[in-house]
Amino acid sequence: MPPSVTHRQLLEPGTLAGALRLLRDEERLVPMAGCTDLYVLLNFGTLAPTRFLNLWPLDELRGIERRANVIRIGALTTYTDLIRAPIVRRDLPMLAAAAREVGGVQIQNRGTLGGNVANGSPAGDTLPVLAAAEAVVELRSASGVRQVPFRSFYTGYRETILRRDELIAAFEVPRLGPVRQYFRKVGSRAAQAISKVVMAGTGGARPRVAFGSVGPTVVRLPNTEAALAQGLPIAEAQRVLLSEIAPIDDLRSTAEYRRRVAANLLAEFWAHCGTGPRRAPVHRR
Amino acid sequence: MTPAAIRLTVNGRRVTSSAPPLTRLLDVLRGEWNLTGTKEGCGEGECGACTVLVDGAPVNSCLVPIAQMAGVRVTTIEGLKGKHPLQGAFVELGGAQCGICTPGMIMAAVALKSRPSTADMQAGLAGNLCRCTGYAGIYRAIRRATRSR
Ligand SMILES: Cc1cc2nc3c(=O)[nH]c(=O)nc-3n(C[C@H](O)[C@H](O)[C@H](O)COP(=O)(O)OP(=O)(O)OC[C@H]3O[C@@H](n4cnc5c(N)ncnc54)[C@H](O)[C@@H]3O)c2cc1C
Ligand code: FES
Ligand code: FES
Repeated sequence: MPPSVTHRQLLEPGTLAGALRLLRDEERLVPMAGCTDLYVLLNFGTLAPTRFLNLWPLDELRGIERRANVIRIGALTTYTDLIRAPIVRRDLPMLAAAAREVGGVQIQNRGTLGGNVANGSPAGDTLPVLAAAEAVVELRSASGVRQVPFRSFYTGYRETILRRDELIAAFEVPRLGPVRQYFRKVGSRAAQAISKVVMAGTGGARPRVAFGSVGPTVVRLPNTEAALAQGLPIAEAQRVLLSEIAPIDDLRSTAEYRRRVAANLLAEFWAHCGTGPRRAPVHRR
Repeated sequence: MTPAAIRLTVNGRRVTSSAPPLTRLLDVLRGEWNLTGTKEGCGEGECGACTVLVDGAPVNSCLVPIAQMAGVRVTTIEGLKGKHPLQGAFVELGGAQCGICTPGMIMAAVALKSRPSTADMQAGLAGNLCRCTGYAGIYRAIRRATRSR
């Protein structure tokens, strides 16, 4: 059954500045990017809002480029754009790896990085990558720009600091240098499945470890990172990890399963990216 | 604000839709233009039965508003006119049984690179579900059609 759309309104600004003015002046507007989350709700009949703001034509929100010491990625960048971008494949392979495992090609062709972050599901596959990479989120409103560290973007389950008059404009990822990067998603199948546990990490002298689906928001694990940095045995680092995460039982998996998988992923990550003798590039299935 | 009619190209023809801007492309194709080859399976992006090409790239037509289709080229199964090598190969090699997934499966297959490996087919068709064939017939058909392409 086609969902009812006649009573819903779509505002279509021609420029980013126009979009920001509408967000400032109009009553609640819901930004619309690739619609791969929004239209599932619409088709289900659970999408309450009635007024939307079409971001898709705003090319100012697209593009991947190197600027000084960061890689800048526009909010409307799709997974397909990420997979194809030479800069991402070379310098941020964990993000390319995450993009390859989102949905199927149809979802990769429309779904955007900004949509994944704004949607804020703790299972969002790019979130641990942005957390491990210490990305900065650029928020824009009619009154200016805010640069917010990704780690302070979420305040709770699906809650963010994004104001109603703001859009996510871009992400800036500082150059990581030659450290090894790791990404792994564990779900019921590789494609089209929401993660049960998802991890991204970087190696080197200051390891960074981020997990999704093990708590209400994506998490960085400073104590686990410190244990790895000090060269503690992996079993010890895994114990620290298990004290740092708080997964729950839900319809996709159990807390106990998630704890075991998280500990296994940490060991795999450290075998690939740690300072020990075994060295391999980012994990591929 | 009355939205302007949306102009796009569908299967090589320039067309205009006056549907409300948030109408799904799927519903415009089937309801307004009578292109009923594109199927609805799940309506939530999971099954791929509604796959069409937008500027050559596979997209779930159940998940896009017509407003985002202004100026694009859409190709549906009807656009292959029954003459695409994939269509004959699906018929001959058991790539289709009940047929509900077939139009979407073929549109996703059209976008594969030539001579795809099994891994290429698995990745390119990961968003298309088939409850009948077990996929072996589908892969056989694609292998044959892309060899003779
Ligand atoms: C079949 C299927 C499979 C999927 N598989 C995965 C998967 O494997 N991994 C995964 O992580 N996700 C998956 N998803 C979820 C979804 O595809 C992603 O979250 C996607 O990145 C959302 O981006 P979008 O552009 O489509 O967002 P939209 O649906 O357009 O928007 C999502 C939310 O973000 C807001 N928003 C979008 N852009 C901005 C912006 N620039 N500024 C402010 N707010 C904004 C919107 O208002 C809305 O609330 C899947 C979805 C489907 C239907
Ligand atoms: S009907 Fe669109 S993906 Fe199933
Ligand atoms: S042929 Fe029946 S679902 Fe594929």
